[in-house]
Formats: sequence, structure tokens, C-alpha cells
Amino acid sequence: MRLDLVPRTRRSPVLDILSPALAFVAAVLIGGLAVAGLGVSPGEAFVTYFVTPLSEIWSLQEIALKAAPLALIATGLAFCYRANLWNIGAEGQFVVGGLAGGWVGVATHGTGGFTLWILPAMLFAGTLAGAAYAMIPAVLKVRLGVSEILTSLMLVYVAQLLLDYMVRGPLRDPAGYNFPQSVGFDGAARLPYLMEGETLHAGVVIAFLAVVLATVVLARTLFGFEVRVVGASPRAARFAGFSDARLTLAVFAISGGAAGLAGIVEVAGKIGQLQPEISPGYGFTAIIVAFLGRLSPPGILIAALVIALTTIGGEGAQIDLKLPLDLTRAFQGLLLGLVLGADVFAGYHVRLVPGGPSGRAIS
Amino acid sequence: MATAPLTSAPPPGPRQGPTPLFGAYGIVKRFGSFTANDGVDLEIRAGEIHALLGENGAGKSTLMKILYGLLEPTEGVVTHKGDIVQLPNPEAARRLGIGMVFQHFSLCENLTVAENIALVMPRDLSGRALADRIAKLGIDYGLHLEPDRPVWSLSAGERQRIEIVRCLLQDPSLVILDEPTSVLTPGEAEVLFSVLERLRAEGRALLYISHRLDEVRRLCVRATILRGGKVVGACNPQEETARSLAAMMVGSAVRDVTGRAAGTVGPERLRLDRLSLPAPGLHATSLRDVSLAVSGGEILGIAGIAGNGQAELFAALSGETRAPDPDSVRIDGAAVGALGINARRRLGAAFVPEERNGHAAAPLMSLSENALLSRYPSAPLTRFGLIRLGAARDLARRVIEAFDVRKAGPDPAAGTLSGGNLQKFVVGREILAEPGVLVINQPTWGVDAAAAAHIRQAVIDLSARGAAILVISQDLDELFEIAGSIAVLHDGTLSTAVPSGETTREAIGLLMGGSGDASAEPHDASRTVAHAH
Repeated sequence: MRLDLVPRTRRSPVLDILSPALAFVAAVLIGGLAVAGLGVSPGEAFVTYFVTPLSEIWSLQEIALKAAPLALIATGLAFCYRANLWNIGAEGQFVVGGLAGGWVGVATHGTGGFTLWILPAMLFAGTLAGAAYAMIPAVLKVRLGVSEILTSLMLVYVAQLLLDYMVRGPLRDPAGYNFPQSVGFDGAARLPYLMEGETLHAGVVIAFLAVVLATVVLARTLFGFEVRVVGASPRAARFAGFSDARLTLAVFAISGGAAGLAGIVEVAGKIGQLQPEISPGYGFTAIIVAFLGRLSPPGILIAALVIALTTIGGEGAQIDLKLPLDLTRAFQGLLLGLVLGADVFAGYHVRLVPGGPSGRAIS
Repeated sequence: MATAPLTSAPPPGPRQGPTPLFGAYGIVKRFGSFTANDGVDLEIRAGEIHALLGENGAGKSTLMKILYGLLEPTEGVVTHKGDIVQLPNPEAARRLGIGMVFQHFSLCENLTVAENIALVMPRDLSGRALADRIAKLGIDYGLHLEPDRPVWSLSAGERQRIEIVRCLLQDPSLVILDEPTSVLTPGEAEVLFSVLERLRAEGRALLYISHRLDEVRRLCVRATILRGGKVVGACNPQEETARSLAAMMVGSAVRDVTGRAAGTVGPERLRLDRLSLPAPGLHATSLRDVSLAVSGGEILGIAGIAGNGQAELFAALSGETRAPDPDSVRIDGAAVGALGINARRRLGAAFVPEERNGHAAAPLMSLSENALLSRYPSAPLTRFGLIRLGAARDLARRVIEAFDVRKAGPDPAAGTLSGGNLQKFVVGREILAEPGVLVINQPTWGVDAAAAAHIRQAVIDLSARGAAILVISQDLDELFEIAGSIAVLHDGTLSTAVPSGETTREAIGLLMGGSGDASAEPHDASRTVAHAH
């Protein structure tokens, strides 16, 4: 007996929607087995993971606040990955964006009078710094043919160490008892809250607008078309007169800028000052989010919310059920694998064929 | 016409004549909802060259792959000397004595001739013994090979000889040949024909698949014709004309192409002046001092065997490769050597590359997006960087209507079209732009007869409207049919163009092989082989 994959002649739109949903169900079932193996009731764990976080106002806000940077970064990465270019260094661009925007916040500390320009300047500085930092691997690739995968990844560690140095040195709060952190930002350097007395801030609006904008750009503009053609058929793209080098610089600028913006949104939103660590690995998790959302901005928004939900739920499970946090990470990996696997079933019929293994075709 | 009505012609049934060497009966092969073979019967006898004819997509390749064990039929049986046999893989087919010479060679470029042959031989036969057998076959059949030459240094004809020798070393009783002459010069083809005659005389069976009807008429006395996955007729090709064979394959009379470019010749529109370009890669060809000129109303044909600089010449003309000297390429008098493809398009040029899937069109994208692909620089398909989806769909619809492109669904992905229909779409997309200069590489490669006639007619009509057209093609029949003059590209150099009425296929064939002079008298084709390396 052997398994044959027969391509479906037409992809059904129902199946396209159903396949990630079924993958999610399968991941929950397998996760349930793992939980049972750890001696915890799967039903109870399900409630803690997926129901409790959705039933309280504070945890709903936490989910949105975690999903916002993920969606923002992953949306930028979608441009790169669609064009078959591999920016793995969004974490570094996030950190550099947070650092540059945060520096504006530190430098304007205590400014009186007209302060309305400070927050836009921080967001702009963060975006620009993220884009500029992403230009390093892009230019190295275009000019010298260096693999962007390696350079973008290695620059993550450079960025993290740079931030560490800055908050211990030049940007340290002089009145902070030598703690490695900057001064707390003024009110004018903080993202405004959306509701009085709650934690939800304007960063979620920025992320949502970015997703909408990216959807339009990819589907309806000549630039979006260029990104898709370069990724799908590079020779056809050259026939269309699109330049590989220009596009490489453009998509790295977009993904770096989006990650930098996410960085300053996190710093000016949730954190409110510079400190040695400003990211729990958003830049890497966003890679999973981008593929979970199949590189389409609306899909990425949903994927970011699902990953944020499992993260918040996982924190709850750690506290309430004593389940290890690693289980959450394992679940997120399982989900990605199953969604990609389900895509195969959406694209192919699987058939059992009697007989030996298919011919070892040498001629 | 000499044939009986096709639809009522009885298929060769299992009770005709003596037991055939190989038989295939009631073969059905489905891929999803697509039926590639639909109840096909075929009998092959020892000592015959049996032709399998059909348009692209008629199901020839599928049937051939079933016989060679690469595909399993959904229904139907294969017999050997009357017994039903199973062919789950090519090894089983080879054990029964079936050998195959593929259209696309499966050779390792970096290995030598002997190593490539040893790869597929049983392990106990290697080294000296194998080299001796290669040498003996070479002498017996006139298939000369140097065992220690690396494959990358060999011509297509020599590579094919390796495939044939590999096949013969297994002493097959049936040899399947898929489009064997598609990459050969006329001289090389002559050598192949004498080998095939020799094999037939030894009592082997040969299944010969070809588009070239003249060859089939010369070699074969029995032919099975497929159309739409079914057997639609059987005949003796020697009693038919090329035209009547084509009619059987297409199912309707083939339209004649009319009005070969002639008459009014306008001003010069496309010019190359001593264009030289280094080879872009290890196995690519450098262009050396290529000069040509095409005027409005003229069609210049560039003949040549694949790999002699056609792709490089096309890229230099289109601007995908830029020339070091801006003056070496001129469109309507303007020096464009330093300009990219879109700047050349805005000057009124249009280009059709050889490869439909992935070069001329993005296979995963819709037809309207593919209309956008090459037309956005010159047609009003965008506004402020936004795509005008309606205008793109409208352009695609006009191409589809004008060129009779058959497709499934309103705006399907380009990759779902058959080769001929996608080629019609690609050519139509460029011709509807009414270009002043059209450069087209292999316009009808792998395209069925009806679509080819349609494309050639459209090219001729465009030239009659005053466009300068450059056609790069391996198909000499095509060039003699549509081009007013012909030049030959060999090893990156271009011969002087001669009017096609004043030269012969033989003379062009000699130039393609790297010797001769297009205006010379026809040579004895078999004599030229020795020089044609």
C-alpha cells in the first residue's frame, strides 16, 4: 500500500477556511492528551487556556495588547516573505526602534510648553530606526550577495547588546539608584489609553490600521503586485521590468519599519521607560504568526489574536494548574505544524493505492 | 482525402492479425476530473516503427509513461506476447525489454559519458567491460561516443546518442522515442533515422512519437492517432500527406497561413550594431559581434539549435540584459542599449519570451494579473499606483476574444491553461498593444497545429500593418513559412541574413551545424554529419 497525493483541480474556498479551523481543533485534542499525561484534567485545562482569558475585561485587554505588536511585525514580514526574502531579524529591528524612539522620550523628559509633537516624533524615530537597521542586511544582500538570513539574525544580538549598554550607560536615569533603566517618560511621551482606568492603549489602533493598509497595498497597488510576482515567478518579474534590488530594499524597509514601530509602541505604551529587556521575543513569535496567517494581513490579525490568547491562557494555566510554560510553546509549534499540514489536505486529495512503492524513476 | 471517415474508423482491436509484441487495451488514465487517456487501444508488432501522433494534450505522453511503468493506468491492461503484465515501475518495464529515449535528457552534466551510462547499468558491468561495449555499439550502429568526455561539453545530438546507447545496452525489444528530433540538426536527424531503420531491421519494435509529420511519413508504415485522449484513427502515413495527417490530429482542416511578409517595406525600426555580450553563466553562450536590421513590414527569422545564444540574444533585445554600448541596440533610431525593458516598451517594442510558464506569464496568477504584467508600463492600467482591476480584466477579455483562448472559469490562473492556449494569450497580449517592434522567441514551441497557425497569422498581419518583427525559432518550417529573410545563430555569432526564397533548408541546416553558407547549393545531408559538431 502507498499514499498518493493527487492535486485538487480547484481549491474550494470553504476548505480554505475550514482547514485552519480543523487544524486548531486537532491541536487542542493533541494538547489535551499531553495535559492528561501530566495528570491534569483536559477539560479544566481547556477552560483555563481558552475560556477564562476571554471572559474577563482585563485579560481581553492583555490579549489585544500582546496581539498588537505581533500583528504589526508579522504584517511587515509578510511583504518580505511574499517576495521570497527572509528577514529573520525583526526582533533586532523591534529593539532598535524602541531604543531610538525611547531616546526621544528620554531627551524630552521635563520639556515644558508645547509637547504635542513629542509622541509623533518618537513613533517616527522608532519606525525610521527599525527601517534603517533592516537596511544593513538588505544592502549587504543587494551589493555583495550576503545571505540576509544570517545577517538579519545576527544583528538581533547586536541590537540587544546595544540597548543593554545604553540603559546601563548614556541613557541611565541619574536619579535611579544605579538601576539599569531610563527615566520614566512624561505623559506627553506615552501612548494615550483608550479607556479611562484601563490598560488598553492606542497601539492596538495603530496595529489595526497597519493591517488594513497592508491588505490594500498587497491586493490593489502596483507595488503589492510587484511583491507577489517577485515571490511567485522571479523571471516573470524581471520581464515585467521590476528590479530585484529595489524591491529587496523596499520590503526590508517595510518590515524593519513595522518592527521598529512595534518596538516604540511597546516602549511608549506598556513599559513607559527604557530597560534592558523590552521584548519577550515578539520579533521571533511574529514569524510564526506570519505563516500561521498564511502571509495575508487579515489572516495575520487572527493568528496574532490566537497566539496572544494561548500565551495569556498559558500564564493562567501556569498559575492555576501548575502546568509548565513550555507546554504553551509546544502547543503554538504544534498549531503551526498542523495548519501547514492541513494546507496540504486543502490542496490535494489523499488516496491509498494498492501495490508497491511508486517507481524509483531512473531511466 | 485518402482516409476513411475518422470517427467511424475501427480502432485496432485485439483480434486483428498475429499476436502483437506489446498491446495496450482499454487504457483509461484519470488525473482528478481530467481524463488523459480514454479507452485507448494500441498494438505494436516486432519489426515495425509505429508512429503515435496527436496534438499537445492528446494523451501521447500519458500513454507512453504507462507503457514505461512511470504511471499506472486507472483502467485497462498492457500485454506482452499476449500475456497480461503489470508495470508498477520502470524497472519492471525494462525487465520486459522496454527501453525509452526521453525528449528531455536525464544526464548528469558533470559526469562523463561512460559514468552516465554506468549509473543505470547493473553494478557488475562497469569500467573496461562497459567502455568496450559502448565502443562496440558505436561501431555497430554508427553511434560514435567518446566515453571520457564530460556531458556538458557535448551537443544535443551527442547527448541523445548517450540516451540511445544506454537504452540499447539493455537489448530492448521495444524502444519508445519521444520527439527524438526536436533538438537535432537536420544532419544529426539523418544519423538517427539510419539507426532507427537498423533497429527495425533487427526485429525490434519502435514506438515513434513526433510532431514532425514528414519524418513520420518517411519512417513509419503504421500510425495511431490520438485526439482528446481517444484513438481517432489508424493509417499508413506513407499513403497520407502531411496535410491530411495534420487534419486527423486537429480534427479539422488546418488553416493556411497567408500573405507572407513582402511588399511594402518601411523605415528601419530595429537594429543591432556589433553587439557583444559576455556569457552570463558557466554553460551560457556569449554573443559576438551580432548585427542585424529589421524594417517595418519585414519579418526576420533567426534559425539555430537551442543553446547557441537564443536566450542571450532575446535578453539583449528586450533589455533584460543591458548592453555595454548604448548605441549597439536601436529601436526606431533611438539608442536603447542602456535602457531597461519598460523603457523599450514605451518606445513601442513588445517581447514574447520562449518560456510561457514563469517568464512570459506567472502561472499562479490570474489572466488579468498576467495582462497587467507586461502592459502596465504602456497601457492605462494603473492610477496613482493603484491597479485598475476593471481595466486589467477588460484587457484580458479582449485578448481572450481576439485570440480564441480556451479556459475554464472567468479569470483562471495562467498555469491552468493548456500550453497552446497560454501561448495564444501571451502572444495576443503583446500584439494587441500594436507594437512597432516585436521580438518573439520560439512562437509556437510545443503548440498544436491550429494554435500555431493562428499565432503565425497574427504575426504576419502585424507586420503587414508596418511593424518590424524578429522571430527566433528552431522550427525551420515555421521560418520558411513566415519570415522574409533568415539568419542563423551559431555559437553566439549571427550569419548574414538571406531572403528565404533564395536559400534552402539544407543550406540553413548546415549553418545551424556550424558550417556552410546559406546561399550554397544543397549538400548531401548525410555527408555533412562528420563536420556538424
